[in-house]
Amino acid sequence: MNRYTWILGAFAALVVLLAVGLSRDPRDIPSPLVGKPAPAFRLMQLAEPDKTFGPEDLRGQPWLLNVWSTWCVSCRYEHPVLVEFAKKAPVPLIGLNYKELRGDGEVDMSKIAADQEQQLALQRAGDWLRAHGNPYRLTVMDIDGRVGIDYGVYGVPETYVIDKDGIIRMKHTGPITPEVLSQKILPLLAELSR
Amino acid sequence: MIARVLVFALCLLTTAAHASPANEAALAADPVAEKRLQALSKELRCLVCQNETIADSNADLAADLRREIRGMIHDGKTDAEIVDFMVARYGDFVLYRPPVKGITLLLWGGPAALLLLGLIALFAYLRRRAGRVGDVERPLSTEEAGRLEALLKETDSK
Repeated sequence: MNRYTWILGAFAALVVLLAVGLSRDPRDIPSPLVGKPAPAFRLMQLAEPDKTFGPEDLRGQPWLLNVWSTWCVSCRYEHPVLVEFAKKAPVPLIGLNYKELRGDGEVDMSKIAADQEQQLALQRAGDWLRAHGNPYRLTVMDIDGRVGIDYGVYGVPETYVIDKDGIIRMKHTGPITPEVLSQKILPLLAELSR
Repeated sequence: MIARVLVFALCLLTTAAHASPANEAALAADPVAEKRLQALSKELRCLVCQNETIADSNADLAADLRREIRGMIHDGKTDAEIVDFMVARYGDFVLYRPPVKGITLLLWGGPAALLLLGLIALFAYLRRRAGRVGDVERPLSTEEAGRLEALLKETDSK
């Protein structure tokens, strides 16, 4: 009897271990950037391409950086949540359009001339926001995805919460659901705005 | 004949040049750099298709990262600097051989600890078993010897 309880206990422990391991999302990789300064960049703005934006422009207030693209299917799922969020907008929401053309598997980049890419990307991203609503205070264009690499982007959409000192306080990979917004992002923003 | 061979060789050359974009071709011409890229990207995990290395993966991000690594090799960065660049952005997860430290201790030490635990359990079990076998082999007590005698007599008389 004693021996069997021991074996049963070991088996139960194994089941718990596997259950915990399997219920975690393998795509949710902890970002080493949390707690570190948001990597600097200067990128062209979507609405006014002759202007640029960088993280230091928002020093002194917390803000959100949302990485999106028109070819990203999960972004469409997330978009209404962001539009709703922007109506109350406790903090600025900045869009980072990630590889608008190069990231789209449907686009044959060899058919697009280098000097055309920027214009086409602006057109596509702009059209999409006009059609679906624009939750962003402004969107910057990361045409070649280099800024995405600096932010460790590996699956759009991704969202970064950046505090008033320019430190990344949280990273969310995957679409923002109303639950993630109300349970994680809004409480953190309330704390950061204090 | 020679002219034909030359034309053929020229065709080969031009297709080779078309096969990869300009900057890839430039570095591919440098076999040492290309070897370093190969070695480095075999140690790095692609984050999109997590069980492939950056060398093997066809994912867009892997191609971008190969481009970044090429650029860094071109800029004269050391392998350690390139690996640090990757870890700073994607964390230890990007390494196929994560460093030994507090949080990875279970990962590195786990199998050895389990083996040790198994060996301890095995030895404990064998010891107990040997003890029981030894019990059986001890000489009979006088009382048991008497009972044995009686039983043997009983069977003999039948």
